[in-house]
Amino acid sequence: MIGVYIKLSYVDLMLASVLLVLAGGLSIALKLGMEKPLGVAALRTVVQLTLIGMVLKLLFQMVSPWWTGLAALIMIVLAGREVMARQTLRLKGWWSYGIGTSAMLTAGSVVTVLALTTAVRPEPWYDPRFALPLLGMVLGNTMNGVSVGMERLSNTLKREKDAIEGQLALGFDRRDAFRPYIRESMRAGLMHIVNAMSAAGLISLPGMMTGQILAGVDPTEAVKYQILIMFLIAGATSLGALIAVLAVAARLSDDRARLRLDRLRGVSR
Amino acid sequence: MLSVRALTRLGVGPVDLDVAGGEIVSLTGPSGAGKTLLLRAIADLDPNEGAVTLSGVSRESLDAPRWRARVMYVPANAGWWSDTVGPHFADMDAERVKTTLHQLNLETTALGWTVATLSTGERQRLALARAVVRGPDVLLLDEPTSGLDGENVRRAEALIAGFANDGGGVLFVTHDPVQAERLGTRGLTFAGGSVVEVSR
Repeated sequence: MIGVYIKLSYVDLMLASVLLVLAGGLSIALKLGMEKPLGVAALRTVVQLTLIGMVLKLLFQMVSPWWTGLAALIMIVLAGREVMARQTLRLKGWWSYGIGTSAMLTAGSVVTVLALTTAVRPEPWYDPRFALPLLGMVLGNTMNGVSVGMERLSNTLKREKDAIEGQLALGFDRRDAFRPYIRESMRAGLMHIVNAMSAAGLISLPGMMTGQILAGVDPTEAVKYQILIMFLIAGATSLGALIAVLAVAARLSDDRARLRLDRLRGVSR
Repeated sequence: MLSVRALTRLGVGPVDLDVAGGEIVSLTGPSGAGKTLLLRAIADLDPNEGAVTLSGVSRESLDAPRWRARVMYVPANAGWWSDTVGPHFADMDAERVKTTLHQLNLETTALGWTVATLSTGERQRLALARAVVRGPDVLLLDEPTSGLDGENVRRAEALIAGFANDGGGVLFVTHDPVQAERLGTRGLTFAGGSVVEVSR
């Protein structure tokens, strides 16, 4: 059956939506109040995915570096916005957004371009059929590491204010005072991908691999792609979390080695 | 030794004050007047403006860690960054640590204690000790004996007096006018956002 791709019709999708109706019915019967959110979310899924399907089809036909670049940029900007939205303690001004987006831009583009030019090698290297899905998967997962790392550092520095200033007051360098919290935040940022890699194939069958298998690709080939993607995500998450955590640490201190929690929203001097 | 001119930070100052070597200067004033903020600003732990020098050397000419190693701030509730007391005295001269702890009615066994189980008084004495053994030029002490009983107040004051006798300068905040008179060789008090000399 390898190489066989079963095309889905709209009727097939309608059949699957029966399950959604069932979920809505359960919500009404059990008074969960989730029928409306379920309906809205399902509608969003259909509209958003249909639109992106049309956009991707158009981009794949054009194979233009400019349009591919623009699409990549939009994805990165949205990822930066998502990183910021996940922060319970945001930096004042545009800093949270700026740091999140810069980390995503650097990590996402470096790792994706590296994969396109060395491992995958499509012709041309920016072929959107390869570049955009790769970037999407890298960004989607790196976003977790970046946002968790930033969130953990801001919260820990606030919680451990006395311990940090205790060291600074005694003449410790800020790098020494911040180091354990930077390490902790980096570890937290990397935990997701470490868990994902550990569970891959045993507890979970990753979505991309499953998708390829359903599309008729030989499972051993799909596995190779999945391993590549996991390694890309691990590299991008490490790089992105490192950039973001160090940038937040730099922003929450200054050239006189002070702890600057007043640069967080809702925290005064 | 320590000279502060036109020091301002949010809600405090401008403040002018001097602390000479061997001097113990008390700083009193109502709660919320800015005593703690002033000590923190001198230690450069918060953004502030003004001319602060130590023996003629301006604060800005030293990097911040070096400044704070010489002009050392000890908060009323000091922070701890390890689970046990020992690491807070790492790389210190063992004999000096032993002597200082002994002066504060503590033994070196205290280095093995768990921070979470320390009483307020033990924390306060250990925080004072870990600052004194580092040998700063000036100590900025925020209510250094507020959690201590009578005997330990006497011992802490003796340690502070000994530090000044060795040539160190001390600026300490207290809510106790009797202690300000007893320990301080000179007194300052907050008035209208700035500090003025207390006549004795």
